[in-house]
Amino acid sequence: MSSSSIALIKRELAVVFRSKNEFIYPVAFFVIVTSLFPLAVTPDPVQLAFIAPGVIWVAALLSILLSLNGFYQPDYEEGGLEQLLLAGVSGTQIVAAKSLANWLVTGLPLVIMAPLIGVLFNLDGRAIGVAFVSLLIGTPSLCFIGSIGMCLTLGLRNGGVLLTLLILPLFIPVLIFGALAVQAASLNDGVTGQLAVLGAMLILSIMLSPLAGSAAMKIAID
Amino acid sequence: MWTWFYQMASPKWFFQFTEKLLPWFKAITLILFVVGLALGLLFSSLDYQQGNTVRILYIHVPGAFLSMFGYVLMAISGGIGLIWRIKMAHIVSVSCAPIGAILTLLTLITGAVWGKPTWGTYWEWDARLTSYLILLFLYLGFMALHSAFDDRKAADRASAVLALVGLVNIPIIHFSVEWWNTLHQGATISKFEKPSMDPDMLAALLTMIAAYQFYFLTVLMQRIRSEILEREKMAGWVRKLVGNGQQ
Repeated sequence: MSSSSIALIKRELAVVFRSKNEFIYPVAFFVIVTSLFPLAVTPDPVQLAFIAPGVIWVAALLSILLSLNGFYQPDYEEGGLEQLLLAGVSGTQIVAAKSLANWLVTGLPLVIMAPLIGVLFNLDGRAIGVAFVSLLIGTPSLCFIGSIGMCLTLGLRNGGVLLTLLILPLFIPVLIFGALAVQAASLNDGVTGQLAVLGAMLILSIMLSPLAGSAAMKIAID
Repeated sequence: MWTWFYQMASPKWFFQFTEKLLPWFKAITLILFVVGLALGLLFSSLDYQQGNTVRILYIHVPGAFLSMFGYVLMAISGGIGLIWRIKMAHIVSVSCAPIGAILTLLTLITGAVWGKPTWGTYWEWDARLTSYLILLFLYLGFMALHSAFDDRKAADRASAVLALVGLVNIPIIHFSVEWWNTLHQGATISKFEKPSMDPDMLAALLTMIAAYQFYFLTVLMQRIRSEILEREKMAGWVRKLVGNGQQ
């Protein structure tokens, strides 16, 4: 990784850590949303373990969706993105750095919190491990794929609603295989296949989404 | 050959060229639909298990085929517009979206209607159906994104990027039936093998596919023509054309 990439990531992290609240929100959201399900659906431990994979994955997906805006919109409005592009930094590099920083700040805490939620939802040990691993492989893809939608909706009125419409369809494959892996683990089935597909999606999204994101970002800026 | 390409890229030339083509396309569409529907709904043989329900196939399969074709066309012409900055390519791309969305919806609805008597359920979360629902969302997202921009050029380019990203879904839809062994049956017609259906059913189905194809092209042409008029409303030839129409 080149020094300019590291500088970009450091910059993103510095911006986030100046206002610590923002980086607590997605995790708090994750915990609160998951804790609504036992209240709304059923407190029965057997059924909770049954719905847990889906609940954990949907909640993680939504909190990443919520976190995207904070990484792009302020930078766009204050002209930071434009300055970076004018300074000759490549768009792909910016998008990749932002996605990575987004994952470190939002995705990683979710991954770390997931086992705790798993325990609360009465998942067994192996399923909790698989939930951890599947989120570890899956959430970075979400950050990278999300960057495309975010760059497309930069500077648009009611961009938030539009972002949801554009991005959720693209999130669905990751969601399916992520939740499927946890479900298979809780039924004592093999999970290598699902995790391998998640890995393939991660590689693809890391390779391709910075390209699409940077193309979209340049449309918003010029 | 190349001059033809260059001419196609000119909205004015395209408008005048399709003026002559459109009545033919309309006539062919009408004839194909009458023949195809008659063959499919009245004269083709029944399925030994499904009985008359199988006739929904003649509406469902061509719709599915064309909605995917429409998406690929939309994404490729969007890509062409993005790379070579051709105005006409963006017009084609934008005009494809509503037709494709309607066909996708039609496919989902006819599938549900067929599914109730055959599978015993209107909707099943199997891979083919889910990925098809994603296709509908992609079409809707494309149209929503395009209408969200004030600047038309930015709208064209942004939605073209989205269309290209969504192209990933097309092979997933196509192969979903083979990759996941799901409720939806596999392909019956393939390029390389003998189709596993009755000849008269096949004839009806192929006629219906041709009918949908011509329907798609006719409506697309019509949409492109109105889009051209809308976009070129400041151009001299459009003003003259519209002015003449009013007198």
